[in-house]
Amino acid sequence: MKRHAISTRIWHWLNLLSVAILFMSGLNISNAHRHLYWGQAGFQPHEAWFHVIRFPGWATIPNYYSLAAARDWHVVFAWIFSLSLLLFLITALLNGHFRRDLAGRREDWRPSAIGADVRKHLRLDFAPTEGKYNLLQKAAYAVVIFILLPLMVLTGLTMSPGMDAAWPFLVDLFGGRQSARSIHFIVAWALLAFFVLHVVLVLLNKPLKNLGDMIGGGRLDETA
Amino acid sequence: MKRRNVLAGLGALITGGCTKIGQTEWFGDVVDGAEKLSRGAHRMLGARPTMAREFTVADISPYFRGNGNTEIDTDTYRAQLASGFPDWRLEVRGLVDRPLSLSLEQIRALPQRTQITRHDCVEGWSAIGQWTGPRLSTILGQAGLKPQAKFAVFRCADSFGKAPYYESCDLDDALHPQTLIAHQLNGEPLPERNGAPLRLRIERQLGYKHAKYLTAIELVDSLDGIEGGGGGYWEDRGYQWYAGV
Repeated sequence: MKRHAISTRIWHWLNLLSVAILFMSGLNISNAHRHLYWGQAGFQPHEAWFHVIRFPGWATIPNYYSLAAARDWHVVFAWIFSLSLLLFLITALLNGHFRRDLAGRREDWRPSAIGADVRKHLRLDFAPTEGKYNLLQKAAYAVVIFILLPLMVLTGLTMSPGMDAAWPFLVDLFGGRQSARSIHFIVAWALLAFFVLHVVLVLLNKPLKNLGDMIGGGRLDETA
Repeated sequence: MKRRNVLAGLGALITGGCTKIGQTEWFGDVVDGAEKLSRGAHRMLGARPTMAREFTVADISPYFRGNGNTEIDTDTYRAQLASGFPDWRLEVRGLVDRPLSLSLEQIRALPQRTQITRHDCVEGWSAIGQWTGPRLSTILGQAGLKPQAKFAVFRCADSFGKAPYYESCDLDDALHPQTLIAHQLNGEPLPERNGAPLRLRIERQLGYKHAKYLTAIELVDSLDGIEGGGGGYWEDRGYQWYAGV
């Protein structure tokens, strides 16, 4: 039995590619109007709750300011990102990945157990008590997979006037197009924060083995 | 500082590579495919015709931003603006049975629709305004569409340098009940910055589709050979023709 199913591994790397391109083309799009608002509408700087910096060329796709080209990249990879996320969610639900590896039992989530896991993390001990992932790891993956990534899809759709006409409930869900745009921006940075933490923790904990397992699949009995 | 340089170098490598790919022809085909997919999905989902949200008077933005060209600096236009556009004409021509040349008075005499909608700019901002004017479908009904007509092309009085502004849409949007030839914003004649005397409202798409300073509507069977062939001023400069995303 492999440690990571083939579906999980393909999605993991395809998702990294899509999210990286979406993030960097998104920074280029952000440069077109660097103010964020709450509610349905907003266009004057004094209405904004946040003024965004201008992102430099080395961080944006393409590497010069082009709203048209950045939107091309963003829309193409939005399709790849959304459809691959949907397929991964369905597969992981059907093959028991979520139930087996992410859910855990109710008693695992007692405050004392969570506290013990936090103290273990502070000692840089990441070994799970049982199963594949420790508690904080399960929580982090669940937040990303079930909350942050779907939020990016839904807030992205809400910014589309064609989509708002087709599915008007999207606008109500987020309290307006400009609110959806603000949430889209915030969650994008939350995902970057997860990415940095994820990479740092892999580097601290058998980086070559963990990286190899996510490529080749690894063996389940090696995990303990 | 050193770590920052590594990050910047890695970023530049990715963005540089993507910039190269973005200039290839095959990536252009992929982009066109995604655009068709978005348009198809928007038309397929929801009850037909899908309608843009309409807001209440309380939601109207206190000031409606003008973007792109916000004035036309010619003596003729200035004189027309000052006198209320008595000589302005909106022509309807091309693949129609009865070409029209409508004055503002004739346009105001048609059945009117008033709608409060959200205007979404491709840059990311939004403004809410109340628009009044006849439905484009009413005008096209008077002209009578020939069966070969597939697109409506909107000609405008403004230009960027020598390049005239223009736009186009398919008949699904042209005949949509919320697609208007608007002559009023918030109950007043259109201000110059918002496209006086006439502008298009095409509510399920982004702001650059809402052509201002309208002079003519041409019914055509293909967008090839019109200006840059992209179907609009911004489309000829790389923006997507279907602007519902």
